[in-house]
Amino acid sequence: MTTPSPAALDVDTLLRDAKIIVCCGAGGVGKTTTAAALAVRAAEQGRSVCVLTIDPARRLAQSMGLTELDNTPRAVSGIDTAAGGRLDAMMLDMKRTFDDIVLAHADEARAKAILANPFYVSLSSSFAGTQEYMAMEKLGQLKATGTWDLIVVDTPPSRSALDFLDAPQRLGRFLDGRMIRLLTAPARAGGRAYLKVFTVGVKMFTDVLNRMLGAQALKDLSLFVTSLETMFGGFRERADQTYKLLKERGTSFVVVAVPERDALREAAYFVERLETEQMPLAGMVLNRMHTSAAAALSVERAVAAAETLDAAGEEPFAAAALRVHADRLTAALRDSRRASQFHAAHPRVRIVEVAAQATDVHDLEGLRAIGADLAANPADAA
Amino acid sequence: MADFPAVKLHVVSGKGGTGKTTIAAGLALALAAGGRQVLLTEVEARQGIAQLFDTPPLPYEERRVAVARGGGEVYALAIDPEQALLEYLEQFYNLRRAGSMLKKLGAIDFATTIAPGLRDVLLTGKVMEAATRERRGGGRIYDAVVLDAPPTGRIAKFLNVNTEVAALTRMGPVTKQANSVMNLLRSVKTAVHLVTVLEEMPVQETADGIEELIATDLRPGAVIVNMVRDPLIPEDRIGDTAAGSVDTDDIARGLKAAGVEGDATTVAALAGEMTDHARRVLLERQELETLTALDRPTYQIPYIGDAAELSGLQEIADRLQAAGMI
Repeated sequence: MTTPSPAALDVDTLLRDAKIIVCCGAGGVGKTTTAAALAVRAAEQGRSVCVLTIDPARRLAQSMGLTELDNTPRAVSGIDTAAGGRLDAMMLDMKRTFDDIVLAHADEARAKAILANPFYVSLSSSFAGTQEYMAMEKLGQLKATGTWDLIVVDTPPSRSALDFLDAPQRLGRFLDGRMIRLLTAPARAGGRAYLKVFTVGVKMFTDVLNRMLGAQALKDLSLFVTSLETMFGGFRERADQTYKLLKERGTSFVVVAVPERDALREAAYFVERLETEQMPLAGMVLNRMHTSAAAALSVERAVAAAETLDAAGEEPFAAAALRVHADRLTAALRDSRRASQFHAAHPRVRIVEVAAQATDVHDLEGLRAIGADLAANPADAA
Repeated sequence: MADFPAVKLHVVSGKGGTGKTTIAAGLALALAAGGRQVLLTEVEARQGIAQLFDTPPLPYEERRVAVARGGGEVYALAIDPEQALLEYLEQFYNLRRAGSMLKKLGAIDFATTIAPGLRDVLLTGKVMEAATRERRGGGRIYDAVVLDAPPTGRIAKFLNVNTEVAALTRMGPVTKQANSVMNLLRSVKTAVHLVTVLEEMPVQETADGIEELIATDLRPGAVIVNMVRDPLIPEDRIGDTAAGSVDTDDIARGLKAAGVEGDATTVAALAGEMTDHARRVLLERQELETLTALDRPTYQIPYIGDAAELSGLQEIADRLQAAGMI
């Protein structure tokens, strides 16, 4: 029902040329499914692809053979390899990824101490925010192996999904600031010495921490930061590298949305954020677009016809069909209106639409169908 | 008779796209009916409440956003972790002056962004403060507090963060504070409601969410099924139509009787749409069964279109009341 336009996202070209595709968007918009569909299509077109998912729905994960969480990409079976491609998939194990960094950057004794520190255990396994960092860390690792032509990465379902963009700056601020010296001072100097070095404000700060956390926890925290200190430089370097990697030629961001107000608002936020950071935005995938194959029969006429039949007490099935059509066409018109509004506000963002599926997708067949839809149905956003 | 009479803090979660903010706002209106004071809070820096009530972005300040039936009032607050930290320092340590100093040191930045768990501690701490205010100073007293919380996939961890923190700090004021937040969240005064729609993934996440809440000793409250639509297709035709055998003659005859021109393409398209509709109906029934099996108080909110205006919120409030939630 739509025709190609200059503003349409050309998915097959993207899949042919990109080295990294980062899918981002609000929760519940089909981001993981989109990432998986892109990966399957690229693989079946002959590329060697790895898809990194964060938290896939159980059945989707099963469809790709992701039954164990071992933090290593595994081959997806059932992929058509006739064109010479392949697909590996993995689910992010956040704690394990973090552990690996520690092990890579610290000697054995120190690594052991860090891994056992209660602050580390919490930070690495349960706190929100760690996931975003670890997803990007894993992306950097996968990329560094040089094993795949293309890595498709899904991001966590939160606005903070883009927090990783801030990571280098934040870590820099932290490392160059006095905070780190403060936190490590008690462990290093045992209390008295550092008071002489720093100002009144600093004393107040440590006093506050002491009063708030208690002496033991402050000591734990201090030990934790101290033991991590040697690694922070490495953290920053990695964060810088990932940031550069994301800006490189060959990396493309795809914002995923559905034609709902909230999701489009989030998409606008992502688009603007990526533009501010000058990140390479390929375009937007607009999932769950309602469509109607009988658009010529208008909503008004369908409703009027249903009412005529009801009044006559005739043909209840046809009356129902007319109402179903009226609802569906209303939804289709609303969706395409929202898509045009988004396009008007963000004219440079290329859009591709994917029709609403009657049921949830959880097999390769379904992913292929979405992939075909992504490639064959460029949005008429002109 | 209300299903949650003892609850003072209503935590509303749900998968993205299920309308949890809208339901949270409707619940706040329902709670405020009859002259009560209710605070509606959000913690995700999305300004969802302001958009819903069509007001400018909310500052870190309790603002009245709606008047409920019978004179009750709904106030709203967008909780910002940095502001919450400064306020906390002032309240407990008389240290607001230290704010700019701490900022310079990078301590505020550290607490609210780099140390990720602390952010959730600050957010939940502020919610608790609002929910447990007593006479004698300390701001407006609310009869109920509604929290538009992080999504279902993250809710148990978000609420349980204080347990983690208490385990880390073991003693001292932060431990005390963390424990008192957990005491409130685990008490009968708190219920965690999950909003869903009748689709596979949100329903699955609802089931998982309830399990996780129970596993962390939190109290699952209601399951609120949002955007429910009645089937349009006659009941006795659902099975056949879903199976794909639609009598196109039926439709062609009907179109003719209603005076609508419909060529074969139109008729076939309508038949296809009817099949999709019937499949959807069956799928939704199956999902509703899954939800019913969870054995939580379950309320259905009809689809009210996309106009999430005040009238729509009032309708949600009325439905929740009529269904006996409030």
